[in-house]
This record gives sequence, structure tokens and C-alpha cells, in this order.
Amino acid sequence: MTLAASRDGYGNGLMGLVHDEKVIVLEADLGKSTKSQMFRQAHPERTFSLGISEQNMMLVAAGLASCGYKPFASTFAIFTQRGFEQIRNGIARPNLPVHICGSHGGIHTGTDGSSAQSIADLAIYRSLPNMSVMHPCDDLSAEALTIKLANYDSPSYTRTARNKTPRIYDSESAASLQIGKGTVLRSGKDVAIISCGVMVAKALTAADNLSSSGIEATVVDMHTIKPLDEELISRLAEECGCFVTSEDHSIIGGLGGAVAEYLSATTPLPLERVGVKDHYGESGDGEELLSKYGMSSDDITSASQRAIERK
Amino acid sequence: MGSLVEDNPSNSDSSDLLIETARRCRREIVKMTHRAAAGHPGGSLSAIDILAALYGRRLNVDPQNPDDPERDRFIMSKGHASPGMYAILHESGFLSKEDLTSFRKLGGVCQGHVDMKWTPGVDFSAGSLGMGLSFGIGCALAARLDGSDRTTFVMLGDGELQEGQIWEAAIAAVHHEIGNLKVFVDRNRIQNDDFVEKQMRIFDVAAKWHGFGWAVREIDGHDMDEILSAIQWLDSITDGPAVVIAHTVKGKGVSFMENNPKFHGAAPNDEQLAQALEELA
Repeated sequence: MTLAASRDGYGNGLMGLVHDEKVIVLEADLGKSTKSQMFRQAHPERTFSLGISEQNMMLVAAGLASCGYKPFASTFAIFTQRGFEQIRNGIARPNLPVHICGSHGGIHTGTDGSSAQSIADLAIYRSLPNMSVMHPCDDLSAEALTIKLANYDSPSYTRTARNKTPRIYDSESAASLQIGKGTVLRSGKDVAIISCGVMVAKALTAADNLSSSGIEATVVDMHTIKPLDEELISRLAEECGCFVTSEDHSIIGGLGGAVAEYLSATTPLPLERVGVKDHYGESGDGEELLSKYGMSSDDITSASQRAIERK
Repeated sequence: MGSLVEDNPSNSDSSDLLIETARRCRREIVKMTHRAAAGHPGGSLSAIDILAALYGRRLNVDPQNPDDPERDRFIMSKGHASPGMYAILHESGFLSKEDLTSFRKLGGVCQGHVDMKWTPGVDFSAGSLGMGLSFGIGCALAARLDGSDRTTFVMLGDGELQEGQIWEAAIAAVHHEIGNLKVFVDRNRIQNDDFVEKQMRIFDVAAKWHGFGWAVREIDGHDMDEILSAIQWLDSITDGPAVVIAHTVKGKGVSFMENNPKFHGAAPNDEQLAQALEELA
């Protein structure tokens, strides 16, 4: 098993775009952390430091995009929200193709503590018209999706994670990823576990555990939260009849919220949401935090059993 | 193009034409806000002489090709001065007289605040203060990356200077030595609720920009010769960003609106319109 962090995939994805002279990288003093510095080292002339000024960075990106450039702006997920209204009014509203990456998403971020653990970003950006929202689960998928953004003509927010987790894809399977299309990683007829980010590996472990007690789960990497792959969810509603969502994010408004909204409007079915239950995190090791806050693979297993019982 | 047409900026014939353009714009500003029974006449009237000079004599823009990538950019950061923008865009051939009647109407080309998605000739979707200078930096960096000599002009309000993002952008423009970025501050001394002096004092505006490393000049923002000369001065600064603090009168040209906080965001009634048009005849 290879361990990798999705933020490295963002840096590798930018490196995959060096041939595109319209790609510009913007930083707010966290390029070492978000991994945009990989691009800076190769192409300092196309990388701009905006200092610790996220609001300014968002509108500089918008101005560049209005003139035909493809800006990729990154900082910590939590600090992108310092420029939320700038993103809303300056980027999403005029539909300018600015690609924002927020690294260090979720409580798995760990010892930095609750100030750095963004738990509402997926919900916040999902609420903006014109915005696409992604949260890849490993480095290879993050790299592949970042490269696809260079030809995406509307704005996007991509959340990456700080810490290494098991790699899910190989180069070939990652290359076939499409924005807005979830990946079925494992098929079973009893329950569909829809997951994103660092929780995808947990979902796969939970599916193994369920299988040993005779329960077969489908596991989906829903790397794109918006636009949601509704076709896939409808198919799984027929095939599995109940759902679990798992995300390192508030259970309010993120992946769980998106799936709940769609199911309630189409085929109301049992849904259990695994995630941060409307509270802030604390310092600690990422894995310790997931266990303490009810987001371990065992928590996904028991949520799956509850969903099946509610059928 | 790239610089002011080379004749004497104090040529009175030339200035007179621009003064006349500004007068016609002032009439449209009061008519638009009266028709919509809403909008922001005060900050449009304070800015309109500068707009008349920029659009009449300096900006390389073409109403037949409003999206030309090589056009100069004009970023109206104080987006509530939309009646002023629409009036000058009409004078410049981007909008018809009928377009002006759509101001603040459902589906109208002329939205309440200037919007690049709705109006030909508008380069920035404003309405939330403090963002236009950053956007202008992006446009100016793009020109530099393109190897183009096109220029980005930005207009800020003085109340707007209370937004922290303005100063984030002020630092960045100097750090990146953005010499193709030119700024006007419409120093009309009134913001939404009251006088700037009462809401949040901003003291010596020129000293602040100077302290951030900008080239600074102060002018009377209603003296057309001073405005034209300030534009020439802005064009002469190429090693970094430059700002003109234009001292203006909110509501300029309409006696009962002048220096009156009430007309930041209030339209004239029928009687007031008649008086305003008489004064602007």
C-alpha cells in the first residue's frame, strides 16, 4: 500500500500544466504547504506571490481570468474563506474561470488544531452558482483533476488534504477520471457508501469489514461534490436501496447534504451521514481525531448497518 | 494608442468639448435615477468629469469591438456610480439612449451596479466595494505577460478606502512594480450614511498612498485642464503604480445635491428633476 497526500497531487498537476502558457499560479505565503511552489521553482515568471492577502489574491486572479489567463490560486482551505465574498462577487458571479485550491481541509489536518481545520468549505462553495467543487482522495486523482481544470471554462474549488493516506488510484485509472463523474471502487447490493477525500480509504476498509459479516457494499469516490453525479446516485438507489456518506467535513451541507438533497427530491431512501457533527476539532493526530469524532472505518461500518436496518 | 492625444491639454477648445460631454452626462444621470426612482446620483456627478476626460481623450476602446483583448481597461470599483458609467458609455457609443432607460429594470442592460456580464464596455462586475484595485492588478499583470502596452485605469471612491482589501492591493501593486496601473480616487468626502469625516476619518489620503510607495498627485477633479494634465502625468509614470487624488464635490452640478449626503443613494423627485435639468441646461 502506497501512502500519498492529495496536496502533492495538486503540485504535480500544476507541473503537468507547464506547457500551457496561459496557466498562472498565485500564492498567499503558503506555496510550500499547498505545493504550488513546485510550479514556482520551474516557472517563477508565471507565479505571483500576493503575500498574506487572500482577498486581494482572489480578485487579482479574477482580473487575470478576465484577460484570458487561467489562474490557479491556492492557500489553506480555511483561508480561502477569508476571501469568500470576493469569490462570490468577483469570481463566481461573473463566471470567471479561476481555480482555487484549498489545502489542509478537514480535521485530519491534525495537530495545527481547530483554527486550521476547515470543515465547512465544501458546503460554502457548493452554494455558489457557477462554482464546481471537488475533493479528490489521493495524489494521483488530484493531479489528474487539476490538469483537467486547465480546460474548464468556469470557476472551481478543489480541496486537498495535508496528510498521507492510502493511494486509491493508479496512473491509468486516474487518467480516465472526469469532473462530475463519481468512481465506483467496489460493487455490492446492500448499501452504497458515497465518500470523498481521506474518507474514501476508510470507506473501503469498512466495506471489507462488512463483507466479512455477509454485507456487500458499493463504495464510490465522489471526488466531485458539484456538479453531483446524480445519474450514479439514481442507479445506486435502485441497486442498493440505502446510503451512507462519509466525508472529513461537517455533515451539514457538504457531500452528505448534497446527496440528501438529491435523494429527498427523487427517491427518498435511508441515508446515514458520517462526518463532523456540527462542532470544531482540536489538536491531535489526524487518525486519532477521526476516531474521537466518530469518523473511523468502524463508524462507517455501523452507519452502514443502521442504514440497512432502516430499509 | 497608449497615451493622451498629443496636443496642449490646456487647449480651451478641446477642454470645452469634454466639459460639454460631462454636462450632457450629468443630465442623463439625474434622468436615469429619477426614472428608476433609485440609484446613486451623488457619486456619479462627482466622478463624471474624470470619466469624460478618460473616455473622450485617453482610453483606447471601441464600441464596435467592446471585447477587443487589446483595449485599455477601465475598472469602476465604486460600482454604485453606474449612472455615470452608463452615461459616458452612451456618449462613447456603447449604449443607446434606449439602453439608458433600462437602468435598474428587470432584464435591463443597465444593472443597478456596473456588471461586465450585462453591459458592453464594462470591464468589471462591481457593487461590492474594495475589490476593483485588485482586479485592476490582475488586468495589468495580464497586459505585462502579454507584452502589451495596454493600460488599466481604476476609479476608487474615498469611502471605499476604508476597505482593508484596498491596502492589500496597494502593497501588492508596488511589490510587483505594476507601472501600467493608473488610479483615480474620487475624493468627494461623502459615503452612504454621512460625511466620510463622521463615518470613519481617513485623514491625509495622499500621504497614505505615498507611504505605501505609490506616485501621488492631487488635483481639482472638476477642472478639466487639471484632469487632462493628470492623465498625462499618470502616463509618464512607468516604473510603478500611480494615483491621482481628485478632490471633488459629491453631487457636482446640481445645487441641492452638492455636498449633500442624502443624494449618495437617493433619486430626485419630479420637482427636483425639473430643477436639476434647468441647472444643467
